[in-house]
Amino acid sequence: MNKLPTPESLLPLPPATFHILIAVAEEDRHGYAILQDVEARTGGELRLSAGTLYRSIQRMLEQGVLVETRERPAPELDDERRRYYRITPFGTEVAKAEARRLAQLVRMARARGFVPAGH
Amino acid sequence: MRAYQLLLHLYPSSFRDEYGEELEQVLAARLARTRGLPARVAVWAGALLDVLCNAPPAHLDILRQDLRYTVRALGGAPGFTLTAILVIALGVGANTAAFSLADYVLLRPLPFPEPDRLVKLWERLPGYSEMELSPANYRDWQRMSGSFTAMGAFVSQSVNLVGQGDPQRIEGTGVSASLIPLLGVQPAMGRMFTEADDRDGAPATMLLSWSMWQTRFGADPGVLGRHLLLDGTPCTVIGVMPADFHFPNKLATFWAPLQLNEQAYQDRSNNFLDVVARLKPGVTPAQASADLAVVSARLKAQYPADNKNVDATVYLLRNDLPNQSRLLLLALCGAALCVLLIACANVASLLLARALGRRRELAVRAALGAGQSRLVRQLITESLVLAMIGGVLGVLVAISAVPVLAKLIPAALPLAQEPTVDFRVLVFAGLLTGITGLAFGVVPALRACSGSGLGGLREGQRAGGGQRERLRSGLVIAEVTASVVLLISAGLLMRALWRVQATDPGFRAQGVLTLRTALPSPKYDNVARRVAFYDRVLSDSCALPGVSGAAYVSFLPMTMGGGIWPVNVNGKTLDRTEGHTASMRFVTPGFFASLGIPIHQGRDVSEADTRDTLFTAVVSESLARRYWPRDNPLGQHFEFALHERTVVGVVGDIKVRGLETTSEPQVYLPYKQVNDGWFGFYTPKDLVVRASGDPMQLAAALRRIVHEADAEQPVSDVQTMSDVVEQETASRLLQARVLEAFAALAFLLAAVGIHGLLAFTVSQRAAEIGVRMALGATSGGIAQMVLRQGGLLALAGIAPGLALAFAAGRAMGSLLAGVKPGDPLTFLAVAGLCAVMTVGGSLLPALRAARTDPAVTLRAE
Repeated sequence: MNKLPTPESLLPLPPATFHILIAVAEEDRHGYAILQDVEARTGGELRLSAGTLYRSIQRMLEQGVLVETRERPAPELDDERRRYYRITPFGTEVAKAEARRLAQLVRMARARGFVPAGH
Repeated sequence: MRAYQLLLHLYPSSFRDEYGEELEQVLAARLARTRGLPARVAVWAGALLDVLCNAPPAHLDILRQDLRYTVRALGGAPGFTLTAILVIALGVGANTAAFSLADYVLLRPLPFPEPDRLVKLWERLPGYSEMELSPANYRDWQRMSGSFTAMGAFVSQSVNLVGQGDPQRIEGTGVSASLIPLLGVQPAMGRMFTEADDRDGAPATMLLSWSMWQTRFGADPGVLGRHLLLDGTPCTVIGVMPADFHFPNKLATFWAPLQLNEQAYQDRSNNFLDVVARLKPGVTPAQASADLAVVSARLKAQYPADNKNVDATVYLLRNDLPNQSRLLLLALCGAALCVLLIACANVASLLLARALGRRRELAVRAALGAGQSRLVRQLITESLVLAMIGGVLGVLVAISAVPVLAKLIPAALPLAQEPTVDFRVLVFAGLLTGITGLAFGVVPALRACSGSGLGGLREGQRAGGGQRERLRSGLVIAEVTASVVLLISAGLLMRALWRVQATDPGFRAQGVLTLRTALPSPKYDNVARRVAFYDRVLSDSCALPGVSGAAYVSFLPMTMGGGIWPVNVNGKTLDRTEGHTASMRFVTPGFFASLGIPIHQGRDVSEADTRDTLFTAVVSESLARRYWPRDNPLGQHFEFALHERTVVGVVGDIKVRGLETTSEPQVYLPYKQVNDGWFGFYTPKDLVVRASGDPMQLAAALRRIVHEADAEQPVSDVQTMSDVVEQETASRLLQARVLEAFAALAFLLAAVGIHGLLAFTVSQRAAEIGVRMALGATSGGIAQMVLRQGGLLALAGIAPGLALAFAAGRAMGSLLAGVKPGDPLTFLAVAGLCAVMTVGGSLLPALRAARTDPAVTLRAE
């Protein structure tokens, strides 16, 4: 089927995609947990809609940055209808590449004095 | 939650299957966290907005994916792709072209306000369902009926225009003052006719057509008030009509008031007015018809002599179209539809075959998690892409075909310009393309992706599936049926064409040149002056090298059907409605010799036949036979055209009304005996010259001769008599050609269909054939088996085809000029052709099957 693309070929990432990658970076999460994590980390500023989330997840699965995992949490915590998503090594590469791109942008912005001192 | 589940149906089904439950869970979780009605409403609103915003992009995602996949899949099979696209292009093209014509002629409303209230009125007499009105009846209908807001009359006119460059003959229309206003049209410039303009003896006025104003007067606004010399009479231009006004047809270049005089109202049997009326709001044509029936009944009682058989016919102006044209268009649409059907069947068949070849690939995709609906969607996308490319090409085909097909349309409609492929037609083509794509795509896609079909991973390339082959066979049979119908219809039209072409017109057209010099009034009112003109032109013409005869006649045969008068024999007044009529022509001596009409008895008209001598007549054989079957017609008397005439000669009958219409018997009168009041209409105006070489070579010399006789006299309608006769069959020829082209296309497609199916079957059954041969079957036996399959397919298609073709033949009976719808020769010829097609289509697959090497195929197993 598809040859795997290079991480750079997926850049720049849509914001939702980047947030989802960050959300699943530390542990496997199901969809609703991802929404909650994004909301919590951005202090409620970014609230992804369910449709956006799952459309992003569908695309990310096709791109190979996420996989659905078969490992389940302890049964007492689990709802068996839920599906859990894990970042792939390729996904990690992509997230890093995006972070580098953003950092570079911020460096350039700082050099022009767009970023106030202390940030 | 039920509502949300319904809402989720906006997503593609594959997405819904995958994430539907989770989406519901998310909404449920959000609702569980919310307290209070406003907050819950906000969550619901958010969910609704979410679905509305995300569903279209989700569809687009899939479409993008499918398109990528389609490009790869189609690019991988260029032969298949090209064939399919071409076949679709032909189908869509043929239908788009046919539709643009039918739309133009049959569907589109007339370019006048409230066109549904415009009706055409006719007198109806036994034997004539549509006869023009006599002025007296027109006036009475107008006075006595209550269904119309207005009624208007018109007649075609052609006049000599002098003083604007070369003298020229121009076509126009004489109209009552009420006519153009009732159509709802105003001049683009200047003023409309008034009742005063229309009164007998009023100063002559005219309205110019837009194109006449543009071409002849360089769009000069100063043309208003100018005086033009029409037939020698000064005529004031009072206005210019808008560019899109064409009435009664495209030929009209000017309009002038009718100016009927009191004399015109005397004779109720002198029918020459075309009449249009506007219905009062809410009145239907049927109600108007009933109203006029009452009026006609009163007139019958009032004028029993003239009106005892006169009724009225009313129909929408929109439908003022010869029945043959309507039928022809319907036949054209039917033929195009047949071609499209065959094209669809062919492409569906191709797709089925291809789907079989792709079983393994589809099975792999299914195994990798693509649901059935997802695969069906993918295959239908492929079909629609094929259809769309084919459709675009088809529109190009239509654009190039429409100008040719447009010649099938009679010029007798008040419509603008030529039919073109416009927005309406493009919408039609788009719809057609979509339907086509679905028609040939859905069944193969469903078949390919059905549960059993996806067992392909196990079965690999091998299985054919009896059901699938039955479906393909059905498609091929349908193709054969449709092509048989088209072939027979084309064959019948061809036979009709030959039959008409073989009709003896009664004269020898070859080697005759004709032209028209319509002498204007009042310049030529004087008989002596007219005779001097004819004598000069005729003697000069006869002096030209190679010319063996020249003569003048009122109207050439086949160019004018009218000029009919009642015949009264032995003082009995015979009823014109019982066919006691004859066509009347004034001729100069030598007319019969020039046109090659045989004189059976007696003599030609002569220079000695003047108004001071006996009124003489030369009659055609059928007239003589009818009234004096046992006596010698020479010396017999009959009353005709207001005088008693003595028969001095009998000549052969000719087809005055054209090759396909029954003509009245003919009466020829000496040119010096034209009645005083009839100047213009019946005065001889058409010159016929018989030459030994190519008659067209004489044209320049004849123009010069006319110019020398009268420098102000225009010459028009220069053509050979052969051309006149050919024009009779020109539209038939074109009809036959168009249908032939469709039939040939269908024939070819059906052959391709048979070939494709058999070739595919043979390749699918290679192993079986190998086994048979290994078990002792001969090559001949194998070839026979394949040929037999082809033969059965053809037979199954031909049988219903013959029956349908017979029905089609009956439906277009009036186009067939007497050829029987079950014409055995045509049916046999088509059956033979189909046999050839079957053998041709089956030959290659049969040979390939016969050449099967059992060792090779069995090893491949």
